[in-house]
Amino acid sequence: MKCRICRETAVIALPRHNSAFCKEHFLDFFKRQVQRAIREFRMFSRKDRILVCVSGGKDSLTLWHILHELNYDTTGLYIDLGIGEYSKRSRRLCEDMAKSLGRELKVVEFSKAVAPIKDLARAAKRTDCSTCGVVKRYYFNKVALEEGYNVVATGHNLDDEAARLLGNLLRWQLEFVQKQYPVLEEEKGLKRKVKPLCRLTEQEIAAYAFLNRITYLRDECPMSHDSTSLLYKEALNRIELQSPGTKHFFYLQFLYRKRKGNLKGLSENAAVEPDGAETGDSKGGPFQCRVCGLPSSGQICSFCKITGYLDKSDQTPYEHA
Amino acid sequence: MAKIILPDGKTIEVKGPREIRAILRRLNILENTVLIVRGDELLTPDRMIEDDDTIELIPVISGGSLEVSHL
Repeated sequence: MKCRICRETAVIALPRHNSAFCKEHFLDFFKRQVQRAIREFRMFSRKDRILVCVSGGKDSLTLWHILHELNYDTTGLYIDLGIGEYSKRSRRLCEDMAKSLGRELKVVEFSKAVAPIKDLARAAKRTDCSTCGVVKRYYFNKVALEEGYNVVATGHNLDDEAARLLGNLLRWQLEFVQKQYPVLEEEKGLKRKVKPLCRLTEQEIAAYAFLNRITYLRDECPMSHDSTSLLYKEALNRIELQSPGTKHFFYLQFLYRKRKGNLKGLSENAAVEPDGAETGDSKGGPFQCRVCGLPSSGQICSFCKITGYLDKSDQTPYEHA
Repeated sequence: MAKIILPDGKTIEVKGPREIRAILRRLNILENTVLIVRGDELLTPDRMIEDDDTIELIPVISGGSLEVSHL
């Protein structure tokens, strides 16, 4: 296979673009896709201070690397959840990236200040993944608010977003479909959240990381058991092989139609239980959490609810960041 | 024989020359779910492997990803 531009031997085939690229032209392509996402969804500008949430995996480290390459003002944020050797290795990789970029990495010592995530999940009687989600979301926003960052960026990619859209549609969770977008605007104490890699597949991101010699943690989190997400990704990748461009079209056309207002009315069709009762999030809000004062969907935010299950003799966990 | 390091870390041997795409099909590995690596080189699935090659198939699909909703 030859590079579509220079006819040199290609390093990656991109059937969805009917293309193949050599290293140089693939890296150009990658950069253009990130710039296009930032521009077309109005994510941020070079005046913004961007907090990049890093986990040590390929997506978040690639995101930090490319935003730095594109001369954006970035700082990394790593949350140490105390998942044994996995956390130690992932933290070290984030620290290495910070050093190589010459950028600051902020670390939230959650496991030391509050509890290892597994202990918290057990105390709160929640799954490990949902507990981790609450804790991460909380600190992404809290650190950005307290340290004066305008934007919180995460490494979600086209596969993540297409799989999520598919999952929500399969379950007719239209209230979630309505909220899905690569930019969540700032509102009432909630910082703007963006996904600049939303136009790129996992394979393209892994190729970028490989070609730039970015060392990332290949292992899955040992506590992650989200086989449903993997199932949807595999289904989409099988369709994609037979019909290149389908995954891209499925997700990007959803975004374009939504932006144009063609999907208005989705939120009015909240999920309905068989008995006719509506389900979904509590209406109204965001409110101010009565415990920590940060935005919340109810009287007490999810973070304070779950950390409230820990031994009360501990220091109040939400004061640590 | 060419050596193939599979996404799960196991190694198999394959008689070369052979097109990588055919090997992936035989192994039931979707070509959009791996990077095909030979040394410090990335390969496209149409490339041929020879008997002395060592090819690594690096998985690229990660599992559950945290959704960063506002609340």
